[in-house]
Amino acid sequence: MDSQEEEEENAIMKNASYSLEIPRPEEVTEMAKPWALISEVGGEHGYLEELVDLVKRHFRTVCYRELLHDPQLHAPKIEAMFIWKFSPVAEPSLLRSLPNLKVIASGGVGVDHMNLPFIASLGVKVSNTPGVVSAATADIAMALLLSSARKILEGYQIAVDPRTTEIPHSLMGFEVTGSTLGIIGMGEIGYKIAQRSKGFEMKILYHNRTRRSAEDEMMVGASYCENLDDLLRRSDFVMVAVNLTPHNVGLIGHRELSLMKSTATLVNISRGVVVDHDALVKALQRGTIHGAALDVTHPEPLQRDHPLLSLPNVLITPHIGINTYQTARKMVQKMVENALAAVNGLPVPNEVKPKN
Amino acid sequence: MEKPCVLASREHMGSPGSMFTSFSAHIEEHFTVVEPDRIRASPELCSKIRAVMLWDGTPPVTRTLLQSLPNLKVVVNGGVGVDHLDIPLINSFGVRVCNTPHVVDNATADLAMALMLASARRVIEGDHFSRCHGDGEVLDHLPLATDVSGSTLGIVGMGRIGYKVAKRAAAFDMKILYHNRNRRSVEEEQAVGATFCPLLADLLHAADFVMVVVNLSKETTHLIGREQLSAMKPTATLVNVSRGMVVDQEALVDALQKKRIKAAALDVTYPEPLPRDHPLLSLPNVIVLPHMGTHTLETTGHMVQKMVTNALAALAGDTPPDEVKR
Repeated sequence: MDSQEEEEENAIMKNASYSLEIPRPEEVTEMAKPWALISEVGGEHGYLEELVDLVKRHFRTVCYRELLHDPQLHAPKIEAMFIWKFSPVAEPSLLRSLPNLKVIASGGVGVDHMNLPFIASLGVKVSNTPGVVSAATADIAMALLLSSARKILEGYQIAVDPRTTEIPHSLMGFEVTGSTLGIIGMGEIGYKIAQRSKGFEMKILYHNRTRRSAEDEMMVGASYCENLDDLLRRSDFVMVAVNLTPHNVGLIGHRELSLMKSTATLVNISRGVVVDHDALVKALQRGTIHGAALDVTHPEPLQRDHPLLSLPNVLITPHIGINTYQTARKMVQKMVENALAAVNGLPVPNEVKPKN
Repeated sequence: MEKPCVLASREHMGSPGSMFTSFSAHIEEHFTVVEPDRIRASPELCSKIRAVMLWDGTPPVTRTLLQSLPNLKVVVNGGVGVDHLDIPLINSFGVRVCNTPHVVDNATADLAMALMLASARRVIEGDHFSRCHGDGEVLDHLPLATDVSGSTLGIVGMGRIGYKVAKRAAAFDMKILYHNRNRRSVEEEQAVGATFCPLLADLLHAADFVMVVVNLSKETTHLIGREQLSAMKPTATLVNVSRGMVVDQEALVDALQKKRIKAAALDVTYPEPLPRDHPLLSLPNVIVLPHMGTHTLETTGHMVQKMVTNALAALAGDTPPDEVKR
């Protein structure tokens, strides 16, 4: 292990106290490691093998398929459940079948895929992985904004098209430097987007449930818009970076889109349902706004004949906000850290409690 | 009074119906535009031409052309690169050469960042998957991407544009190394957190992203060749926004095919466009763009304004603000 990996291992080991006194993984016998339920290795919702190895340093693992195959053997052993790319699904019937489950460690920061009050009622803790996903998510937001503004996709398609004989003169994009970015949702990710945008001398407006401190605002040159409409009217790029809550389903609908500039681009990195897709399609068809760049849709992926997929000036990535090797590794490490803490009765560093 | 005549190719600058129309209007405010094919048969028209406005290398400024335009005072190039112009030859006819520096810097730095992010985060593949995925097709076949934040950027060529790239990359918490003919001041380095690498090889060994932002000259032709590509990490990406000839393209294809580097993202190639069967157009992990570094309405407008300003100054007998001397 290199020194960084050692450091990370030590952080995890703090929360690992196996039934034997000796804490070093190489000295702990396999038998002492607690059991964890994971989705599968490989496949659509599966883990890469290297990531599963991180889990296996501290847990013995049961795949969901194995559990279904022999529930009597596996179910009572399971003390931790890892959710990766929303799998396995934390449905009541599954959770009720795991009598010794102490914790659900979910990868990612969103928790809208879990019924928190119900899980709490079973005496099971829930953890997520905040912090480690923020930079990667902010990066995809900037990648979408820049790729859309500068027509990277269209440029690439022309460059590789067998019929291209000349460099096109008329493929014009929008100037990013000095333009106005309106960030809706200035949490950890929204703020990192603001930090990155400042490097491009963008004028930054933001709308949030609560206003940030004057110091925070000054560091990134952000101006608070108490009124969302104000932000929508003034922005060249509208960036949606909110958590999904019942309050912001359909936050961006017909009305909001009609307030935006006809030259503006909508970028969504939160959750698909925050944007009314029908309204977005109409707005793009009518030229109410210029374009959209989305890492999230509803559903994911969209049906192949969905109108969004045939409109120009639309860029859609398949929810890859945190799909980087380094970030995936950090997420799994945090999941392991949290799960070990719960299994050992220690405070769970990233516990998510239901809101009362 | 008749407006002075300039030789310019309207098709390249703003054919009717294209979005360049507003730009050619600005030129026609001050000049009478003469198309290249009109002067062939007319020595009288040739003697009226006082300036040539060059866009995407058109019209080509050859010895023959220079000989045919006795009253030519200035050649004004749209763009900052003048590697396609024989400046000593042009000067020998008593003709000045001007370019459009500074106004291209932001747009080019922005595109360099866009290319790096699109490549690292597999944006084009992702969009393709969204549109073309089969029923039940596995997203997992998309390999995991590479983080930009926190990784190491090596900037080869820290001129105005390279420095603007550094400023943008610093906001992504990137570790920044740079190699340049001259070292920047300590204040400039500190402002973007950049470390000078006197040896290009040191930068190449350490960088996750190698960004080439030099002018094309005899010294920088094939600056990135077989040796340099071998020095790069196998996980590294080459990004080129300078000129195609700065990179040995054959060596690049070889390095990509043998996985000696991971990816390439190129706004410039040699030639432009590439032949349709060129391997760079079909290699995975390669983005090629059709030389769009300055392709925004705002920047293009500023370039045209600079061209007009320089031409007017030269014709008035003044020193134009952006004369290029050799």
